[in-house]
Amino acid sequence: MTTKFFHSHEPLTLESNEVLKSFTLAYQTYGEYRGDNAILVCHALSGDAHAAFEIEGKKGWWHEAIGPHKMIDTEKFFVICSNVLGSCKGSTGPGSIDPLTQKKFDKTFPVITIADMVNAQEKLIRHLNIESLHAVIGGSMGGMQVLQWGILYPDKMKRCICIASAAQLNAQALAFGAIGRFAILSHDQVSQGLSLARMVGHVTYLSEKAMNQKFGRKLQHDKEYQYDVKPEFQIESYLQYQGEKFTKQFEADAYVYLSKAMSYFDLAKKYGSLEQAFENIRAKFLILSISSDWIYPEPYSKEIAKTMMRLNKDVSYACIPSDYGHDSFLIDIPAFEPLVKPFLQP
Amino acid sequence: MIQHSMLSHYISEKSKVLDLGCGNGDLLKYLMAEKKCIGYGIDIEMKNIVSCIEKKIDVFQGDLNDGLQGFSDQSYDVVVLSLTLQQIKTPEFLIKEMLRVGKKVMITFPNFAHFKCRLQFLFGKAPKNKSLPYEWYNTPNIRVITVKDFKKLCQDMGLKIETEIPLYGTAFMEKIMPKCLSNLCCENALFILKKETL
Repeated sequence: MTTKFFHSHEPLTLESNEVLKSFTLAYQTYGEYRGDNAILVCHALSGDAHAAFEIEGKKGWWHEAIGPHKMIDTEKFFVICSNVLGSCKGSTGPGSIDPLTQKKFDKTFPVITIADMVNAQEKLIRHLNIESLHAVIGGSMGGMQVLQWGILYPDKMKRCICIASAAQLNAQALAFGAIGRFAILSHDQVSQGLSLARMVGHVTYLSEKAMNQKFGRKLQHDKEYQYDVKPEFQIESYLQYQGEKFTKQFEADAYVYLSKAMSYFDLAKKYGSLEQAFENIRAKFLILSISSDWIYPEPYSKEIAKTMMRLNKDVSYACIPSDYGHDSFLIDIPAFEPLVKPFLQP
Repeated sequence: MIQHSMLSHYISEKSKVLDLGCGNGDLLKYLMAEKKCIGYGIDIEMKNIVSCIEKKIDVFQGDLNDGLQGFSDQSYDVVVLSLTLQQIKTPEFLIKEMLRVGKKVMITFPNFAHFKCRLQFLFGKAPKNKSLPYEWYNTPNIRVITVKDFKKLCQDMGLKIETEIPLYGTAFMEKIMPKCLSNLCCENALFILKKETL
């Protein structure tokens, strides 16, 4: 159970028409492949290939969801998770070495889209000799990949589960993405910018209720205000801690590229309309939103489901009652399991 | 309870059916198995959504009081609202929505004018029976509907009632009971409405 690397030497033409001559995807697999039981898990912006189990003392990002007898049962299913193209967790991204110049790509790295990520993943799936996936599942940016998978490769999977996602970001979500990118691009010390971007992002992933319950107006050390501009509230030090921690785990350039990929994602624009986008999907879809998610709100998921219904596609929709905001899909697995588990049953 | 076979009798093979307040999905499952229908359910309760997913029935979680926004005109062969009308805040609006979306509309409801209900009222008690199993303080039912009143609503709305079937629970009773007694004697009623107005 270690990270493996898939090196593709076939050129990959990107949506921007630029060509990546070769690329690498880092991936992990769990469980045993039996021909018809492969599930592809797509991660969100800050995720990586390490989705499940504990490796060197660190739990996978979806540890609660994937494992023996869990929501995604590794006794039954062969689970694959690959780090997306453009990221910095082992896959090719702006921090990788450009084979032409032998220098870091940095800003010369071509802009990546969700479709590019999916096209790269598809090559990995082919490399693994998997003809048809039992399911593709993901939340947030992972959910965008799920939708794109269903559209680009309608015959390559039987089921799709799209959680807390959208067919396009709304203006509010675009704005928060932009603030994150501004923060990074405007700081001379990119790690400071990245830290700030993470703080802003983190707030959007939580609900007002969850934040209030966890921190409220509590002060970090003192009982009384110190009448000082330094951080005093618990929420301040928490965000600072999250921001700083993130700079040790993630690269600023990769953050900018992935954030931009999400901003560009717009299925209605790309295909003319949502109807046209979903016209050829064949997989059975489960679309899930989260009651307390205000950054990917319920109506956007409903719209996806209703469009598919209009097209007579196999689709179900539910809004999961959970108080943790957008991040519920990472934290509150018991709320998702009653729907996801039976949906994955063959 | 209304037998699925009873409703199924009025639904043709391979119809595209939208079941509003589909509950645990049993009716749709029956229609998909027996009549090869394409079925979608709408329900608000998470436990019903889970039940439908377990039965491999496509289901949409939503509130019927919001209408059928997002569903195209005449996109379903049949729209069913079974034993749910009494829980709807704006029945007129929903019936209009059903007729917009469905070529054929089937509505069943518990008849509050059933003689047993009337007797219970006569003795000073709120009606309670198999179709109305709740106490006054925990009932989800917010509308008191009778066969007579429903027909009046259809008339007021200018709707054509295609078929009216008083439901007595057994086929035998349904055969022998004279229609004029339906408002007094049927526990539930089924109405089939169609798009064209009078």
